[in-house]
Amino acid sequence: MPVEAHIKEHPAWFHRFEAVWTPTVLLFDSHGKERVRLEGYLTNIDFMAALTSGLGRIAFVQKKYADAQRWYDDVVTRFGQSHSAPGAMYWRAVARYSATHDHTVLSKVAEELTTTYPSSVWASKAIPWLSKG
Amino acid sequence: MAVDWSRDVDQAFAAAKEQSRAVLLDFSAAPA
Repeated sequence: MPVEAHIKEHPAWFHRFEAVWTPTVLLFDSHGKERVRLEGYLTNIDFMAALTSGLGRIAFVQKKYADAQRWYDDVVTRFGQSHSAPGAMYWRAVARYSATHDHTVLSKVAEELTTTYPSSVWASKAIPWLSKG
Repeated sequence: MAVDWSRDVDQAFAAAKEQSRAVLLDFSAAPA
């Protein structure tokens, strides 16, 4: 459900939602809780990937792990070159682990991240999951 | 693809709650 806020038409909204720069895009869940904040311009691919990741985040927080996996999978497969892709790969695995408690998905994604996105912070975050030996 | 933008954030929040949907709020300095 998209809403537009122009600075001259809705200055109060900038204060209410603490939008300190334009463009700013916020994504809220159905309860009005802010889940994503994007400040500054992004390429179309990065924008779409960030919003899709946001929908994954919303599903994950609501413990809808299968939905979360689908959203994150969409980011990884459709927007693999985007800045959101490594994070989506990480969270897709976390959603899968949360649903199944199968810890092998974590070591698998750690391998995948260190191979595919080695300089990503998400690869670093997954290092503790790498299988030893 | 055309986007059907709303100009009423509170109405959007109410509809989002009713329909279990997300709300995207776009802040811009561009002229309307």
